[in-house]
Amino acid sequence: MNLTIVLQQLVNGISLGSLYGLVAIGYTMVYGVIRLINFAHGDIMMVGMYFAFTGIAMLFLPWWAAFLLSMLASALVGVIIDRVAYKPLRNASRISALITAIGVSFFLENSFLVIYGGVPKAFPVPSVFGGAINIHGVIFPNIAIITPIVAMIFLMILLFILHKTKYGMAMRALSFDFETVRIMGVNVDLVISMVFAIGSFLAALSGIFWAMRYPAINPLIGIMPGLKAFAAAVLGGIGSVTGAAIGGFIIGISEILVVALFPSLAGYKDAFAFLFLIFVLLFKPTGIMGEDLERGRF
Amino acid sequence: MKRLLSSLVAVLVALTFLANASLAGEVKVGVVLPMTGLVAAFGQSAWKGIKLAQSMEPKTKNGCKVKLILLDNKGMKVETANAVSKLITDNHVRAIIGAITSSDTMAGAPIAEKHHIPMITSSATNPLVTKGKKYISRACFIDPFQGAVAAKYARNKLHAKTAAVMIERDQDYSVGLAHAFIKAFKKLGGKIVAVEFFQSTDQDYSAQISDIKAKHPDIIYMPSYYQEIALFARQARQYGLKQPILAGDGAEAEALIKIGGKAVEGLTFTTHFDPHAAATPLTVKFIKLYEKKYGTPPDAMAALGADAYFILVQAINKAGGCNAKPEKINYYIRHTKNFKGVTGTITIDPKTGNAIKSAVIRKVKNGKFVYVTTVNP
Amino acid sequence: MKLDRNNILTALSIALFFLFVWWANHHLTSYAVRIWEDTLIFLMLSAGYNLINGVTGQFSLEPNGFVAIGAYVTAILILTPAQKESMFIIEPMVPWLANLHMSFLPALIIGGIVTAIVGFLLGFPVFRVRGDYLAIVTLGFGLTIRVVSNNTITITNGSLGLKGIPTYTNIWWCAVWVVIAMIVIMRIVDSAFGRAMKAIRDDEDAAIAMGINTLWMKQIAFVTAAFFEGVGGGLLASLITIISPTVFTFFLTFELLIIIVVGGLGSMTGTAIATVLVVWGSELLRVVEQPMNIFGLHIPGIPGMRMVVFSILLIVIMIFAREGIMGQKEFSWDWLFNKFKGKRA
Repeated sequence: MNLTIVLQQLVNGISLGSLYGLVAIGYTMVYGVIRLINFAHGDIMMVGMYFAFTGIAMLFLPWWAAFLLSMLASALVGVIIDRVAYKPLRNASRISALITAIGVSFFLENSFLVIYGGVPKAFPVPSVFGGAINIHGVIFPNIAIITPIVAMIFLMILLFILHKTKYGMAMRALSFDFETVRIMGVNVDLVISMVFAIGSFLAALSGIFWAMRYPAINPLIGIMPGLKAFAAAVLGGIGSVTGAAIGGFIIGISEILVVALFPSLAGYKDAFAFLFLIFVLLFKPTGIMGEDLERGRF
Repeated sequence: MKRLLSSLVAVLVALTFLANASLAGEVKVGVVLPMTGLVAAFGQSAWKGIKLAQSMEPKTKNGCKVKLILLDNKGMKVETANAVSKLITDNHVRAIIGAITSSDTMAGAPIAEKHHIPMITSSATNPLVTKGKKYISRACFIDPFQGAVAAKYARNKLHAKTAAVMIERDQDYSVGLAHAFIKAFKKLGGKIVAVEFFQSTDQDYSAQISDIKAKHPDIIYMPSYYQEIALFARQARQYGLKQPILAGDGAEAEALIKIGGKAVEGLTFTTHFDPHAAATPLTVKFIKLYEKKYGTPPDAMAALGADAYFILVQAINKAGGCNAKPEKINYYIRHTKNFKGVTGTITIDPKTGNAIKSAVIRKVKNGKFVYVTTVNP
Repeated sequence: MKLDRNNILTALSIALFFLFVWWANHHLTSYAVRIWEDTLIFLMLSAGYNLINGVTGQFSLEPNGFVAIGAYVTAILILTPAQKESMFIIEPMVPWLANLHMSFLPALIIGGIVTAIVGFLLGFPVFRVRGDYLAIVTLGFGLTIRVVSNNTITITNGSLGLKGIPTYTNIWWCAVWVVIAMIVIMRIVDSAFGRAMKAIRDDEDAAIAMGINTLWMKQIAFVTAAFFEGVGGGLLASLITIISPTVFTFFLTFELLIIIVVGGLGSMTGTAIATVLVVWGSELLRVVEQPMNIFGLHIPGIPGMRMVVFSILLIVIMIFAREGIMGQKEFSWDWLFNKFKGKRA
């Protein structure tokens, strides 16, 4: 194991981690506001991939337009899911909402399976994102460099929205005390919709970058990254946006390094994120950045 | 709630009878494929091939229509067993095509065996599928043969002394084929320097690539499916791993080139047929119609699915057409001799039910699959 | 057990159930018998699952892991040493397992016990968390079991799985085990334990305040469920004759979840009704994937529609009929007689 390989894996881990981070943000925000593990969030990633695929390969849009439309459309899907499936259950037990979320997840997967078929589609990667740079034997695929940068930019924008705008403040307030905020006359449903929109927008963004990194997409592709992103969200302390991003990095980097350092454990990779998660829950149940499970904050 | 559910059930029962109401003059054939679930891609491809084959030869001798009844097994064993059971005792099919994966096929096989209904699988390559069975046959060759073909090609044509093997640990296809290759390669005096594992849901192979790179093998053997191979090849080339990649029949699909792009250039794989070389008239006709109907050339799953259908229809014809008995159909499936199918000339060994057919080696050149050579059994 | 009216009636209805099994075995097609076998196994799995999720209110997602353990243990025990030797082509099986061989009943019981032990050990860490966290941690457990079974090649044969498992399972095995499972689980629900479990479901903090040892109550539910899910796994393994890690994916848990939600979380009666509805419904729903002609209108078959319908069904039930068929109510003889009396009066 030499330095080149370690560096190589680090680059890889960071870009994978930033993708997990982007998805984890959606989990964390939704959980922060309505205390729901949005099981279908990973599938929104898949929805974003297919929308972008449809835009480029079937409607022949320029890539940036397809990406943007896909993210907006995915945001809309997120909002619709909330309005149709989760909103009627706001006052029900959290378990009912969770079961519904599992139902939504299966619905998305299977309806896309019916619409697009199970055969993996080749995702058309715009040439800007192809290629790689070689610096002293360490290879940086363009996409591996662009991904963390894009993730950072969107994280900054999100933090700005959360801390400097009226709606951002409403979101944060909701995560502290739902009822008081409602009584104070804030349009709670609108704010929740915005949370879903933002979360789904970022999930679609992550999905698109995922698809450019691994350009074969299928309707079940969102399950694994979704689960791992959730693990990342919990690891970072659910309810904390910065925590989610950090959790994503940790899961992404450690997953890749474990396989690189102990190739014989490669088979256990998928279980790894979860063992990590269980470990964290047992010894620091509030995660890295979280303060209290019942009192999330962004 | 109760009323809602019971009325729902009532409607469904009624619909079942509607759907099952059959016309006279039909030969019912069951098809069990994974149309949903993790291996849906293969089931959907095979179904395309089978449907097209049916449109090419919709009737048996004496003018009976072949009626295909497709049941989805979701790529699950319990569902496969249920589906086979339903087809036999409920739909009274006379033969079954399916399933796609070896393990699913094996879950359905005991039931077909018990009821003496012939079952022909298009793509289950594990040797155990037909072992000790009288009514299970297949239209494809088995893993040990394909692995040996790849090993021979690597040793004798590519003059490889060392090889790295990439195994998809949770796919029995990949594990079985890799095992066969490793055995044959060692027997021919080659050395396996690295065995790397990955999982179906994995999309990042950088760790494995780094390890392979450090061990400098002459070739990389990756018996997996096209999606994984294409992604692996892209990343391998990106990280400067330049050794030739050898694969199995799972590589064959347009999507391999679409996903892999320039990275899969030169990729060589063993497979069932080549449309240009050693093609039968049926190959040519099938490919032309397939491209016309679906807009892409058929992949291996589609071609094998079609062959399973054609072999079956031929057996039904020989067994008497309209009134063919399952026992007789099975006899003629097992006595298929020099049948000129889509994937080449097929003979089925009456004792084992395994297809004896030549393997073809193809490679990617200029973004197209080209013929390299044919290896006879 | 007293020889009162209710017990006699229960015994009679069990006898009636076995009579039905006998009749089904002789008069139904082998397909229908097979689906009944599935139904009974699933009933056993979901009854156990409902004990944790419904009665104790601990929403967890691990049954696929438990079923897998039971299936593997049973399969390894009933396969002959010769079969195992020919099957393990990548690496030979560890010798002490390779030479083990026994008949079906002890194998099933050992399968159940091993699963129960795993459940017991798992209970300590996972019950430190509650609510959604428990769901996700147990989901991780199910996933981990699958990953482990893929990788411990010298025990499970990895992805190649165990093939040619002897078919001992028939409708009688399933029926007897279901009756045992239902009696045991119903008796737990009716006992002081059951009341404590329900107290935890309704308000865990209050239950703690009342002096209930919540961890042990949860453990009793968990271990009981694990035992029956393990035995169910063994029955399933011998029914389908081949197991590999792909049998035990999250889809399995999803199906059980639908069953207990449709039946009503916390009601064993509901679970029984729902198992029949869901297992048979899923077979009948194959219709939506077949091409059909309704009043001359041709509708082509859409493969995959079944799962879409199921997921919509789950969402709709959660939104409009959260209680499911039975809610938390149970069928009881007293209830039946009261109803009769009520009608006469």
